[in-house]
Amino acid sequence: MKVSLTVNGKPTSIDAPPDMPLLWVLRDVLDLKGAKYGCGVGQCGACTVHLKGSPVRSCQLPVSALQGAEVTTIEGLSPDGSHPVQRAWDEIDVPQCGYCQAGQIMSAAALLARNPSPTDAQITAAMNGNLCRCATYHRIRDAIHAAAATSAVTPSAPAATTARPRQAGTPRN
Amino acid sequence: MTLDARVDRRQFLRVSALAGGGLLLGTILDFGAGTELFAADAPKVPGGEFSPNAFIRLSRDGSVTIIAKNPEVGQGIKTMLPMLLAEELDVDWTTVKIEQAGLDTVKYTNQVAGGSSATPNHWIPLRRVGAAARAMLVGAAAQTWSVPTAECETSSATVTHRPTGRTLRYVDLLERAATIPAPELDKVTLKDPKSFRIIGTRVRGVDNHAIVTGKPLYGIDVAVPGMLYAVYEKSPVFGGRVKSANLDVVKREPGVRGAFVVEPAGTDLTGLLGGVAIVADSWWLARSARKKLQVEWDEGAGAALSSTSIASNAAALAKQAPQRSLRRDGDIDAALAGAAKVVRAEYFYPFIAHAPLEPQNCTARFADGKLEIWAPTQNPQAARGLVARALGIDEAAITIHLTRGGGGFGRRLMNDYVVEAARIAKETGTPVKLLWTREDDMHHDFYRSAGFHNFTGAVDASGKVVAWRNHFVSFGDAEKFPIATGNPPFAAGAGIGAGEFPARFVPNFALDASVMQQFVPTGFLRAPGSNGIAYATQSFIDELAHAAGKDPLQFRLDLLAGEVPAPSPQQGGLVASRVRGVLELVREKSGWGTQKLPRGTGMGVAFHFSHRGYFAEVVQATVSRVGALKVDKVWVAADVGSQIINPSGAENQVHGSVLDGISEALAQEITIDKGRAVQSNFTDFPLIRMAQSPPVELHWSLTEYPPTGLGEPALPPVVPALCNAIYAATGKRIRSLPLSKHDLSWS
Repeated sequence: MKVSLTVNGKPTSIDAPPDMPLLWVLRDVLDLKGAKYGCGVGQCGACTVHLKGSPVRSCQLPVSALQGAEVTTIEGLSPDGSHPVQRAWDEIDVPQCGYCQAGQIMSAAALLARNPSPTDAQITAAMNGNLCRCATYHRIRDAIHAAAATSAVTPSAPAATTARPRQAGTPRN
Repeated sequence: MTLDARVDRRQFLRVSALAGGGLLLGTILDFGAGTELFAADAPKVPGGEFSPNAFIRLSRDGSVTIIAKNPEVGQGIKTMLPMLLAEELDVDWTTVKIEQAGLDTVKYTNQVAGGSSATPNHWIPLRRVGAAARAMLVGAAAQTWSVPTAECETSSATVTHRPTGRTLRYVDLLERAATIPAPELDKVTLKDPKSFRIIGTRVRGVDNHAIVTGKPLYGIDVAVPGMLYAVYEKSPVFGGRVKSANLDVVKREPGVRGAFVVEPAGTDLTGLLGGVAIVADSWWLARSARKKLQVEWDEGAGAALSSTSIASNAAALAKQAPQRSLRRDGDIDAALAGAAKVVRAEYFYPFIAHAPLEPQNCTARFADGKLEIWAPTQNPQAARGLVARALGIDEAAITIHLTRGGGGFGRRLMNDYVVEAARIAKETGTPVKLLWTREDDMHHDFYRSAGFHNFTGAVDASGKVVAWRNHFVSFGDAEKFPIATGNPPFAAGAGIGAGEFPARFVPNFALDASVMQQFVPTGFLRAPGSNGIAYATQSFIDELAHAAGKDPLQFRLDLLAGEVPAPSPQQGGLVASRVRGVLELVREKSGWGTQKLPRGTGMGVAFHFSHRGYFAEVVQATVSRVGALKVDKVWVAADVGSQIINPSGAENQVHGSVLDGISEALAQEITIDKGRAVQSNFTDFPLIRMAQSPPVELHWSLTEYPPTGLGEPALPPVVPALCNAIYAATGKRIRSLPLSKHDLSWS
């Protein structure tokens, strides 16, 4: 079936099976590999993208529901990785394997767009649907707080080696 | 023999000038047992770059390229190993570019992500490789100035002549360096750790930018021109094979380019199993066609197995004479007869799956008798061997590119998905990307073996442990699923060593092992063996502490003080002073025993030595009256030697391991029904989520021992520490996992 939608600001037409999820349209039709397949049943959040700014599980959204959709993926979050959430993820060194992180970042960016300085409880509520098999949850939380702080002022990159308050026992040298 | 001693054997560098002035430095490290760690000549690189060895390229634009040799699956090795080279080469990290190596058994050996082994295996050797290249650049500068090399020093890719202050940049020394004789690797001078500028600093992951911008990095992201997509249906019963399949129906489905039956290769159930391959224009179409697939299976021997009764069967087995005695010290029966208190307990833990978030996948292209493979494997050399054997292709005709892996946890030490992709690509003649579904991944794992421990322990009137007996039963079939060298009394991936604690610390000691034959593939899950052994052992030690009326942490310190003299290297290698060090550190940092906790809240402690690392952990947990469990906080004290190479990556590994252990304990279990794994996705095999994740406070204990790895050893102690905390909170002793099966309510 043919549908027209907007992906990362670009009008796009696709012809794909009506039951094909947006995830596979992005990955295998439009060659946008950022959104990831983890479970296929909306349980892990690795496939999270924005639909009109709201985080959705792209593995649960069939082509038949995409006519006129405005989709933003991790590739479209910023032109160069300069979104405060992306910068915070890099600077705080969140990723381990990194596979879930595009989905985590999209959930976090959507949270900060509607709530510029979330509490810990609000972060947990917003992020609890995103699994991280490496369990980088502490740094995800720290990075969201850091992104909230930097987006509130003029963006500037903090030093990469700044120790975070939660860390203890950092070795000498 | 220590690792360092092995490295100290014959080691040398070879240098030969290339036509065109290239600097070629092949490095050979004799790493014991006749194995060459880093061997052979590096190729000359076009474009005016010079390759001092197989790890380093110095470019005329001043950039430095360092090759990351090992598979990256989230353990941070692609960042950490190059740090060792860059440090001794003495270049700025900001100028370094990292390139991922493919499988190359000529240039490199031991390209494996497993056993938390990369740090101990590379700490000295890779630094020597960097230092040797630096020495040649220093030699070139000294020759230019006609001064002794001893008067020269380096910093930031620049050589300085100390007496005169003259400087030369590395980039201006490349040609002359090619003429400098290379030092022998064991003669090079390594930096004093006090002068490290990269090692010991917080270095971010080298792929971070690509990850946060969604660039293709992982196996699942590989795209090859003309590539088709495949799914592969295997028997839901382990080891079954295809009798018949409705291929004609499947072939008529939209986008399907081919569907065929694959016969298993040989009898090895860890490699190419029988099944049906469907190849289509897109993965979604292949998966959709699979829904129309109907297969009649020859289910084989596995269909008889269900796991509902395995714990009770194991309990019966553990009461019988063991299949093998692993260790006998003293006289157990006499000690039990004379003891003040005797404690008996049985512990059980279930099969669990690895569930890395990136499902198994592999891309392969077969053309002109050559096979090219892109795989997120932890063990590419084994993959090549497996493919060669299964498909009858010479290893020399197989190329393996390493992609980043979306988690490994030991699952990707196995290469079943690689040989499947290769087999399908060979049949189709087009490049093929095979991708498993999450359900495939859950149903066809090499599970952590279930385990059962039948303990008897005794304390004397003073509270000292005088007797310990453990009959360990693992579940699996190491002959039908031969992932490791034959070890009859254990399921694959579930061994226990004769020196496993508390061996050597209890005068009357017996360790026995039996295996309960189960037609279930088992394998290596993060901290294999230890992830179950620590739970059972450290929980039972807690029982003995309470029987003795002692504080559980002090009880452990007392137990460690009673070491039987003269441990031999075959006995496990645990150094008691290092365990005491982390126990005392975690006691101090957690405030152990200094505060009165409300009812329903408790602290538990445990320690474990594995993968050369020493970890003591305290968990505080709260259980509501109705039995809702909350893990409040975890304190970790860790001794992995003298140096934390990359504190950022190291903390990540510890935090992740601790939460991973809690995740396993909370609710993870694979059960078997009629030979099939029952659980299929994160709905019934849950991973820990943010809301369940307690703060983790980590403290390093730096000691004089060589640095060791962090992929695994932080995991094992958290499971018993949590269970001991639940006991402290509720009085309920957790003798089986997962916790979700227990009623924790109290009144």
